[in-house]
Amino acid sequence: MPVKLRDFPRTHFNMPGNAACPGCPETMGLRYVKMALGDKAVLVIPAGCSSVIQGISPKSGINFPILNIVFAAAASAAAGMKAGFEMLGRDDVQVVVWAGDGGTADIGLQAMSGAAERGDDIIYICVDNEAYMNTGIQRSGATPYGAWTTTTWTGKKEHKKNVPFIMIAHDVPYVATASVGYPQDFIEKLRKAATVKGFKYIHLHAPCPVGWRFDPGLTPEIAQLAVKTGMWPLFEYHNGKLKISSFSRLYRVKEKRVPLKEYLKLQGRFRHLKDSDVKILEEYIDRLWAWLDLLEKAPNPSGTARDLLGK
Amino acid sequence: MLLTWFQRGDDGMVVKTLTGNKAVAHAVKAARVKVVAAYPITPQTTIVETLADMIEHGEMNAKMIRVESEHSALAATLGAAAAGARSFTATSSHGLLLMHEVVWWTAGARIPVVMSVVTRAIGPPWNIHVDHNDIWDQRDSGWIISIAENNQEVFDLTLQAFRISEDPRVYLPMIVGLDGFILSHTVAPVDIPDQEKIDQWLPPRRQPYVITPESGVVMGNLAADEDYYMMRYSIQTAMVEAKKVISEVDDEYGEVFGRKYGGLVECFHCDGSKYNIVIAGSWSGDAKEAVLKLRDEGYSVGVLRVRYFRPWPDEEIRRLLSTSKGVLFIDRSISFGGKGHLLTEAMTNLAESTNLPAVRGVIAGLGGVDVGADEFYELTKSFIDEVEENGPFYDPLYWHIPQVYRGKYPERLPGYGKFSYERR
Repeated sequence: MPVKLRDFPRTHFNMPGNAACPGCPETMGLRYVKMALGDKAVLVIPAGCSSVIQGISPKSGINFPILNIVFAAAASAAAGMKAGFEMLGRDDVQVVVWAGDGGTADIGLQAMSGAAERGDDIIYICVDNEAYMNTGIQRSGATPYGAWTTTTWTGKKEHKKNVPFIMIAHDVPYVATASVGYPQDFIEKLRKAATVKGFKYIHLHAPCPVGWRFDPGLTPEIAQLAVKTGMWPLFEYHNGKLKISSFSRLYRVKEKRVPLKEYLKLQGRFRHLKDSDVKILEEYIDRLWAWLDLLEKAPNPSGTARDLLGK
Repeated sequence: MLLTWFQRGDDGMVVKTLTGNKAVAHAVKAARVKVVAAYPITPQTTIVETLADMIEHGEMNAKMIRVESEHSALAATLGAAAAGARSFTATSSHGLLLMHEVVWWTAGARIPVVMSVVTRAIGPPWNIHVDHNDIWDQRDSGWIISIAENNQEVFDLTLQAFRISEDPRVYLPMIVGLDGFILSHTVAPVDIPDQEKIDQWLPPRRQPYVITPESGVVMGNLAADEDYYMMRYSIQTAMVEAKKVISEVDDEYGEVFGRKYGGLVECFHCDGSKYNIVIAGSWSGDAKEAVLKLRDEGYSVGVLRVRYFRPWPDEEIRRLLSTSKGVLFIDRSISFGGKGHLLTEAMTNLAESTNLPAVRGVIAGLGGVDVGADEFYELTKSFIDEVEENGPFYDPLYWHIPQVYRGKYPERLPGYGKFSYERR
């Protein structure tokens, strides 16, 4: 069901004293998580910006109960929590992982893969600011080609690891991409995920003003440009069926996409890119959409393989 | 279940012949654990196999999380426990080392959980046999660390671990060590008390906090350095309390179930003996056998078996050092560049001692090298005879080199030699 802005709760979910930088996409994202899931969610947060954003104990600047956990084990800790709640008869609790791209695409991938394969009943959100921002902007598996980081001074030489596709390959019941630039879309997907049993994965694109070198007032605009240039397609994969989300549908057609340079030129991390680099990124976008096209048109068995197995 | 036979006594107690690993599984079941998360590793594997069997066949009402690594095993155990469920995991050697980060995190979180550590050598080269370097590697992490001598004690300690770690004065996770293969894969009779009696004795789970949607609890976000410091202080305070709790639980358990071990240590003829062996784990039985033979020959000798490595039995060791003419430490582990763990720990109690006994530290049995009662006999007899003949000495690092290499390598290395106290 489409989400209307006027239906959003007016409560303040990020409390004074949180330690986020100006223009932080993570506090935006956390607010939407609370709007979507209400008071039935518990967060599991591995090392990352959100460990710091919470502020100094014994208080917390985020209005959620939180189990902070070591970097590589967010999905496992969440799986354990869910099992604990189930055994105590509390089936109403949504256990939500809120992990960065490093904690998801790199160090946490094994634990997440395990939880996905087991079908643990949790929502895993990867909040992707495309580098290790908390430690000072080092490249991660999710950093895009060409981006400057403090471990790729002349630009990253490899493309972004496509974690949503990896999760689709796990044949979990729900995978989606989202963006802090489109809160309605993100909230809708979260609410849908909350109704699905099993492992749910949502990959939230989260432009970071500090790490990407842009004006902190531009976070939502940059996030939207990522979608409009086709660089970050919004889609949903539910029970074996891939669907491009409404905000991205227009950009399926290459000609309708905003020129990539409009996105790149606002970000200091791409300042050094040559035209040949831009071309490599444009080809990446074409390939990405070709993959999506394939997945969208793929003959759809009546559900996931899991469903066919009668699970 | 081929290896199991039953005999039901009048009091509802069941005697089974069980391997150490099965004894663990039966204790976990008896404690009504709600969540088990574990990963296979030799020689721990039959614990996870048996628990999976019990859960799948409805003998045990719990959820099993078949994790993809030990790092995840303890993280999932911690997650379940943080939600309020009694949780358990088990591992060995490399698995324990892989989860080491989470070992610290769990203690820091002050969440009670119980873990079996089936002791095993660390590679390379690969070696699956008994060795204590894996379990002692967790020494500084804030876990209560115990180690059993036999399968009955494995069962009893595992059951007691839930009681101890969930005591509000403690609220720390607890390791129960059992020696790889020597206990884990060897059958011995194990008394399993009546479930009703266990239920009466073991209270429902208690823990310092639970993380539910209503709780508002946030665990583990940044803390001021001073607060961090004081949280560390509080773990040490809990360790002090744990000494009392361990002793109380041992007493109560003895009253209810008829088996009492002595708390942090077991004293086997150690009170009033001139000479004593300090040792931990399954081969303590061999040391006891040697001691009995020596006592028959007129030697005044006993064994102090370390049951708890953390909290360290300071009082008991201080008393032993104060009253013994000589103490022989047998370590199945080595801190490279340092010395054996039992000796290193015990020497910190020497300053509190009113006496300076002769001391020898022996490194033996690494990687499962067999050391029998006859060898303990020789080691102990020669130690006593040397002290009686030449007076007291300090000999901290004597390598009891395996038979095939004996005589080809020196037993003492430069800088770790023996010196007599007279020479000082």
